Amino acid sequence: MKPRRIFPLAALILGASVSAQAATIQISMENLEIAPAEASAKVGDTIEWINKDVLAHTATARNGDFDVMLPPKKTTTFVLKKAGTIDYYCRFHPNMKAVLNVAP
Amino acid sequence: MFVRLSAAIAAMSLLSGAALAQGAKPTDPQIAHIAYTAGVIDIAAAKQALSKASNKDVKTFAQDMERDHEAVNKQALDLVKKLNVTPEDNDTSKTLSKNAADKLAELGKLNGAAFDKAYIANEVAYHKAVNSALETTLIPSASNAELKSLLQTGLKIFQGHQQHAEHVAAELK
Repeated sequence: MKPRRIFPLAALILGASVSAQAATIQISMENLEIAPAEASAKVGDTIEWINKDVLAHTATARNGDFDVMLPPKKTTTFVLKKAGTIDYYCRFHPNMKAVLNVAP
Repeated sequence: MFVRLSAAIAAMSLLSGAALAQGAKPTDPQIAHIAYTAGVIDIAAAKQALSKASNKDVKTFAQDMERDHEAVNKQALDLVKKLNVTPEDNDTSKTLSKNAADKLAELGKLNGAAFDKAYIANEVAYHKAVNSALETTLIPSASNAELKSLLQTGLKIFQGHQQHAEHVAAELK
């Protein structure tokens, strides 16, 4: 099991000079599992959803905040605009569920 | 209830029975053919459902089946090409195709809610049968590591399909 890098090095280096720099958070979808199943972020941060499967997935918020298409073998970015604890899932594979804690 | 059970039994026996009746475990070219055929069958069923289904959740499910099984079969084709394996037709594939053609004809006579119910019930039974065949026969028999790994990924996907189908079936009641 590879350790997960939550903050890519580039974001850390850039972030050092500017306080409250928006971060990039990577969340992977592989073999129909979302990892990490629970992630924390702030409004303005970018989520990088990395779909490693050959299947199309979605990241769909149960409260309707977002519905992002994630094509197979692609990385899709999305900037968080609203705070809250957001349960999200894949519309195509409803077993895939995760939580995003977005701080204001 | 009876219809679903008998469909499941028929599907189970045709998958495991035909392959095992020969007393030999299937070879990789046969396994590739069976897995690909099983995908083609569900794509055909999905296409029929997309033209006939009336319930929104049933239609969405059929779209998911078409999308996923086409993606997995494309992956399977890429793999057999890479491994230079020619999928080999066999009795299990033939029985699968024959039964699927009968099922398509049977479902083709139904309409509206009756079609929706019968399609989803068959999807539950079919995925159960395919998953059981993958677990007990196809995955253990596969000798090439990449083929085995693709079948294992397939199993995970199809278990998700089965649960999705069971969920839709429960909602239709």
